[in-house]
Amino acid sequence: MESILFYLTAVVAIFSAFFVTKCRNPVNSALCLVTTFLCLAVFYVMLEAPFMAAIQIMVYAGAIMVLIIFVIMLLNLGSAVKSRTTHGMAAGGILAAIMLFLTNYFIRRGDATGVGEEITSHMIKQYGHTELIGKAMFTDFLLPFEIASILLLVAIVGAVVLSKRKV
Amino acid sequence: MISIHHYLLLSAILFSIGCFGVLTRKNAIVIFMCIELMLNSVNLTFIALSRHVGNMDGQIFVFFVMTVAAAEAAVGLALMIAFYRNKESIEVDNFNMLKW
Repeated sequence: MESILFYLTAVVAIFSAFFVTKCRNPVNSALCLVTTFLCLAVFYVMLEAPFMAAIQIMVYAGAIMVLIIFVIMLLNLGSAVKSRTTHGMAAGGILAAIMLFLTNYFIRRGDATGVGEEITSHMIKQYGHTELIGKAMFTDFLLPFEIASILLLVAIVGAVVLSKRKV
Repeated sequence: MISIHHYLLLSAILFSIGCFGVLTRKNAIVIFMCIELMLNSVNLTFIALSRHVGNMDGQIFVFFVMTVAAAEAAVGLALMIAFYRNKESIEVDNFNMLKW
């Protein structure tokens, strides 16, 4: 049952990811990308990370994609002219295929071993995924968390400065 | 139970598709979306391995990747709007003002 769900979702994810690169209208690409993000959220649930799935849907499929579609509509981009199959396209395909084969090779070569099985699925059911994430984030990762907040502040200021007409 | 290799192979496929899109498309916004796709495939790797080794640190890292992606989206799209104002186009072939 679980493997049927996995393969169905994987097929949908791969095809919609492929259509992100193939659609001529950017709006269609954006909608395909939303589908891919939703499939990834399904995988996160299957990997017992429900908090990450919620964040994926709210932040990626919600906020970031709304921003992208907003800019596409604002710039009023039409469909791209039908591009011929050029040498650049063939080179891109070959490079991507080489990368796929190399990663596949290295994935099959070794085995990832555990670091003592700290978090079991029993623990996730008992405490809840959000609590475990929160504990790790506000104890061991407190400094990166604060740095991330500064990064977001800088991004807000940068976006405002860049899109103002006169500074 | 799905083995870890299935997830890793799936994220490798998604990463390669994103890489293909970045290398072949001309529209800057589509390239941007392909970069988001690559970031997401890396997130899938992080979560799958984090589950496999039973450690929460990978998922915290995904959190920070999402933060950086949000910041990148805000600044990158503002750059594209500023560029469109000057050139009336966002084809990457026109991004040549720094070329000497």
